[in-house]
Amino acid sequence: MAVDRRSFLKSGLLAGGTVITSPWVFSTGARAAGEIKVGVLFSLTGGLSIIEKSLHDATMMAISEINAAGGVKGMKIAAVAEDGASDPKTYNEKASKLVIQDKVPTVFGSYTSASRKAVLPVFEKRNNLYFYPTYYEGFECSKNVVYTGAVPNQQLSNFIPWIIKTLGKKKFFIVGSNYIYPREMAKVSKILIEKNGGEWIADEYLELGHSEWGSMVNKIKGSGCDVVLSNVVGDSVVAFYREYKNQGLTHDKLPICATVTSEIEIAAMGAEYAVGSYTSFPYFQAIDTDINKAFVDRYRAFVKDPKAVTHHALESSYFQVFLWKQAVEKAAEITPVAIREAVKGQEFDAPNGHVKIEAENLHTYLTPRIAQWLPDGQGKIIDAYKEPIMPLPYVAYGETPTNLFCTSKGLETSKLNKT
Amino acid sequence: MLEVLFIGLSLGSILLLVALGLAITYGAMGVINMAHGEMVMVGAYVTVLSGIYLHTNIFVAIPLAFIVTALLGLLIERVVVRRLYGRLLDTLLATWGIAILIQQAVRLEFGLSFFGIHIQGLGPGLQNVSVPEVLQGTFTIAGADLNRYRAFIILVTVILSLLTWFIVYRTTMGTQVRAIIRNPKMAAACGIDVTRVNALTFALGSGLAGVAGVMMSGFKTVFPDMGTPMVVDGFLVVVMGGVGSLLGSVFSAGILGEINGLVAAATNDILARAVVFGVVIAIIVLKPKGLFALKGR
Repeated sequence: MAVDRRSFLKSGLLAGGTVITSPWVFSTGARAAGEIKVGVLFSLTGGLSIIEKSLHDATMMAISEINAAGGVKGMKIAAVAEDGASDPKTYNEKASKLVIQDKVPTVFGSYTSASRKAVLPVFEKRNNLYFYPTYYEGFECSKNVVYTGAVPNQQLSNFIPWIIKTLGKKKFFIVGSNYIYPREMAKVSKILIEKNGGEWIADEYLELGHSEWGSMVNKIKGSGCDVVLSNVVGDSVVAFYREYKNQGLTHDKLPICATVTSEIEIAAMGAEYAVGSYTSFPYFQAIDTDINKAFVDRYRAFVKDPKAVTHHALESSYFQVFLWKQAVEKAAEITPVAIREAVKGQEFDAPNGHVKIEAENLHTYLTPRIAQWLPDGQGKIIDAYKEPIMPLPYVAYGETPTNLFCTSKGLETSKLNKT
Repeated sequence: MLEVLFIGLSLGSILLLVALGLAITYGAMGVINMAHGEMVMVGAYVTVLSGIYLHTNIFVAIPLAFIVTALLGLLIERVVVRRLYGRLLDTLLATWGIAILIQQAVRLEFGLSFFGIHIQGLGPGLQNVSVPEVLQGTFTIAGADLNRYRAFIILVTVILSLLTWFIVYRTTMGTQVRAIIRNPKMAAACGIDVTRVNALTFALGSGLAGVAGVMMSGFKTVFPDMGTPMVVDGFLVVVMGGVGSLLGSVFSAGILGEINGLVAAATNDILARAVVFGVVIAIIVLKPKGLFALKGR
């Protein structure tokens, strides 16, 4: 079959929608003999570097472990690390650089939804592959992203009923930072609260990075709620928990139940401010298994900091590299599309337990857990599912395991419109 | 209601705490000191480091931070700012550059992180400052639960304001500073050593920022970027109050704090912030020289 240049280019450009043709054919020169390049894209500078540096480190640690064990298909992984600089625009530029210039078949990266949304067009247009390790708000269905963090049904579907039934708290004050993740989480929470017979009495937001909580905490105090659901993100978390205690609120009477507060924030605020509050995540540093303890030790040695903490997004950054490695070993050729097809259904024994990539929506089966924070800054896991549950990125819109909105064919928008 | 007013007062005192030093460096010396926020940050890190290495609490950190940031201020004045007096925009750019240098020095642990050396208490991460038990929780006045730490901040702000007032209005150096505000050339002609007084004034302003940093470290997050948003608030207060007027800064901080607190209680914090900016714009439009402008000839 003769293919002229123009129609070949055209089909290449259209490849975002097709699977068979990929612009990847251009870039066979990408691999030096015995080496696979991958992109690693996190913020090493700027405000978000606090957390993203740890995700970068976890990714590099996984790569060095795989290389030490012989690499993939006998080839070493060569990481091309770029700095997203806490800025979505920079993220987009660096992603383009990795995909077009370095011709990597996969990029691992992003912490915030803003940065993921910024790089998404690059990966969809070039039909490349992005591994995203952070818990996020769902409502996304891309063939070019593998999501290894929790989606709302893995953080809230266990949490809200547990708060209402086990803690016996019924009146929710929902508080969050003012952007897409906390707002979508609040949407899911409200549905679950109403379904379980509770009520929400307020839904309030503060700017991202805001650290003046006096008025908000005073409002919480006067609202008559009996539990606070926090989707507060970033350094605001620290100021929030401190103000909470300093205005005389206690977690035994009016607990904060959080979806973002992890080991990192607890260490920064001082554990005494969070003692008794709750967080829902699939992974905690305190998970009492040999595989996790060894993981924590290895991470601390890797970053040369004996007090370093591990957290959910960090752990996902780590295990997703292994899922990728297994996919590359299974794939017939090292192209983004072949890796994507091969990653479907991959399973791995991660520090948090058994994980598996759902073939339909490329999200990850994870085990929901709830922890209560202890004076030493670690979570005590007080509720956990027996096994990983299916990821449902559209759960707020009525998605169920038997009625998926996001499948390998793409998003079925007709289902979305019905709700 | 008392609680809402208290929060407003506390917001005002935090604004004033940052603005006090600026009122001196910007008001008296005409230097747009963009590195002021970084002085606050350095003050906060002094608290972190003294906690780790000297095992001292926040009270000891206050004089310590004052000394460290005042010396740093003196150094900056000697090396950079001294050459730029009378060039307002140049001071802005130069001090902004200094701000970035200080930030990166803390983030990169003075460059040691390139060699794989980690200094506990520095680096890009969030730092933890432990607050003494006495300053945690609440106390009760007239049936209202008031935040102890915020009360402590208000107290420190009042003391610092009085001290600054005393220095500026009741000491020889203060008289010289005020003479320089009015007319630097005439002051020099009268035998005032303008260079020396300016250096000390800059050091004082920086030292006050350091103390503000200690107070911030107890209830905000300590990290290298923490100072940047504060410097904007500081300038709002100084400009609204009237450049060169200490009393003006006190009043405008109080007014902005209460407006913020009341609007936030009635609606939400995001709207409150917008209202505060609106008020500042209105005042600058109506009274371009601020609330308490110096009458000059």
